[in-house]
Amino acid sequence: MELKDKLISSFMAFENRVDIDHPVHDIRTEAIKVFEEKGFPSKKDELWKYTSLNTLLKNNYSVFPKDEPGLEFKDVKKYFIHDIDSYKIVFIDGIYSSHLSQTSHEGLDACLMSSALNKPKYRTVIEKYFNKIAKKDDSLTSLNTAFSREGAFIHIPKGKVVEKPIQIIHFATGNEASLMLQPRSLVIVEENAQVQIIERHQSTTENAVFTNSVTEIFVHERAIADYYKIQNDKQSASLIDNTYIAQEKNSHASVHTFSIGGKLTRNNLQFLHKGEYINSTLKGITIIEGKQHVDHSTLVHHSEPNCESHQDYKGIYADKSTGVFNGRIIVEKEAQKTNGFQQSNNILIDDKATINAKPQLEIFADDVKCSHGCTIGQLDDEALFYLQTRGIPEKEARALLMYAFANNVLESVKIPEVKIRINKLIAMKLGVNIGFDL
Amino acid sequence: MLKINNLHASVEGKEILRGINLEVNPGEVHAIMGPNGSGKSTLASVIAGNEDFEMTEGSITMENEEITDLPPEERAHKGIFLSFQYPVEIPGVTVTNFMKTSINESRRAQGLEEMPANEMLKKIREKSELLEIDRKFLSRSLNEGFSGGEKKRNEIFQMAMLEPKLAILDETDSGLDIDALRVVANGVNKLKNKDNAVVLITHYQRLLQYIIPDFVHVILDGKIVKSGGKELAFELEDKGYDWVKQEVAV
Repeated sequence: MELKDKLISSFMAFENRVDIDHPVHDIRTEAIKVFEEKGFPSKKDELWKYTSLNTLLKNNYSVFPKDEPGLEFKDVKKYFIHDIDSYKIVFIDGIYSSHLSQTSHEGLDACLMSSALNKPKYRTVIEKYFNKIAKKDDSLTSLNTAFSREGAFIHIPKGKVVEKPIQIIHFATGNEASLMLQPRSLVIVEENAQVQIIERHQSTTENAVFTNSVTEIFVHERAIADYYKIQNDKQSASLIDNTYIAQEKNSHASVHTFSIGGKLTRNNLQFLHKGEYINSTLKGITIIEGKQHVDHSTLVHHSEPNCESHQDYKGIYADKSTGVFNGRIIVEKEAQKTNGFQQSNNILIDDKATINAKPQLEIFADDVKCSHGCTIGQLDDEALFYLQTRGIPEKEARALLMYAFANNVLESVKIPEVKIRINKLIAMKLGVNIGFDL
Repeated sequence: MLKINNLHASVEGKEILRGINLEVNPGEVHAIMGPNGSGKSTLASVIAGNEDFEMTEGSITMENEEITDLPPEERAHKGIFLSFQYPVEIPGVTVTNFMKTSINESRRAQGLEEMPANEMLKKIREKSELLEIDRKFLSRSLNEGFSGGEKKRNEIFQMAMLEPKLAILDETDSGLDIDALRVVANGVNKLKNKDNAVVLITHYQRLLQYIIPDFVHVILDGKIVKSGGKELAFELEDKGYDWVKQEVAV
């Protein structure tokens, strides 16, 4: 049976596991219809021209894991940023793991989507926010919505500055030969509140995992939300990350995406502006090799005046790896004085590596500052020779140049431990043992 | 220490070095002078291991070991240092981080542990003072936006940090004003001792007033055509290279 049919027929089984009288269930029912009609995206879709899901869809994924999975902290400690105090919301094969988590209801909610969906006290919040900005006609987002049940639920009340970052980790144990996961998360940052979130999807075995994740983030007036995505999964794991962010006036939101691992990674990242003086930051470092594929599909929708957005993506592609950067900026007629900046810089290490970069600016206002730049190049041989004459071996010299090329993306990372971790992951990825500390 | 025997090298099929012979011993300062296009900088690049140049004949040995097949970093590990005529700008790598990587990679090649952080900082402080380098400068990206003089001073700072056995200074004096020249020359003189050697590649004898050479060689059309003591430099300054050319022709 094709995966699409399997998923549609699984929906009835899924309905037995959730409260079908909950208002969200109508949303799920609508969503499965959209998915049924549209199916998985294909290369015929303009936004999926360079990313094919065909090989991924051939696996016979189990949709509901049968066994109660288990993981010991000592075995997965390395996937946490463990040298800082943090809240932790951890899932194993899609199921909440209380013993790996450290949730909170004190002064803020850092807990589970399942609780938010089930408990009456969250009903009004869910009705106000759930599926309000996720794109309703997008097939993969709709598929996630249809099966939405578990994920992180984060609600930061007015004026609360959350001191500790919140880590969201989705583990896949390989208990099933191949597993499909559909985490659904909701983040609400009320007026003047601040939060930092680190997210990771991680397999612990080489068994196939296909994650189709949706996160909705609401950033209210003068609030600040910083989101860090560490994508360093096993070569057998693929991820489609759909993240929707709505910002109110004077708010700041940033998403940093570090794509180093995984088989196929697609980041659909959309920012919607609902007020003036909003600041949006989208940054990414991609370093891939072999046959890895990373696709960044971004959209910043400027619909109000006096807002700014900054997109800065660096990509390094070795072997036969392929990258896609599809960066869109829309500036509505009303959005005067918009400052929209977009940059995509890429290095191809090998002849067979590919990057498809497509900046798209649709500007309907006349008093705006928008720029985009896209470069594709190689490492500078003269710089390489210079470093080598100082005793740095070729491999390390190359790594240093690649790191230097990408590292300005790290400057805006506010959590030092995250910066250190990314530096280490990059060094590991490049197979060198040099400290990239600045 | 360094022995070059009948060195021929070409770039894109064009022969630039046409039989260079040179011997440099510990404690010596050699100056290699010559007009533009004579092959001075090519000689420096070939010794350092630049693969843009193809060595077609001859040999280069460092402490009796053939180095012609070694990559640049292994030549560096053997104690060869090249101060670049045009140091490369590397945005995103700070001077300090570059120096740490450079020193630790060289130590690793010798089977040594990484240099402890406090020792590294102390060394960086000492050597930057020697070259009168501002501390702020050390946290800037390597050579990025540096003035010509700052780049050259930074090259000698790297030399001070790496303590090479053989330092080849390629046109280190070009682009320096008189004060910067004095600082750079003073740095080189302080680093000079009986166990190391310096090869100065220069167009003018200006630098040689500050760093006194033991030997001066004149290179013309890829060959060393005349060698002498320091007085040869002054003679060249007075008479120009045409005089040597005529002498060679005779």
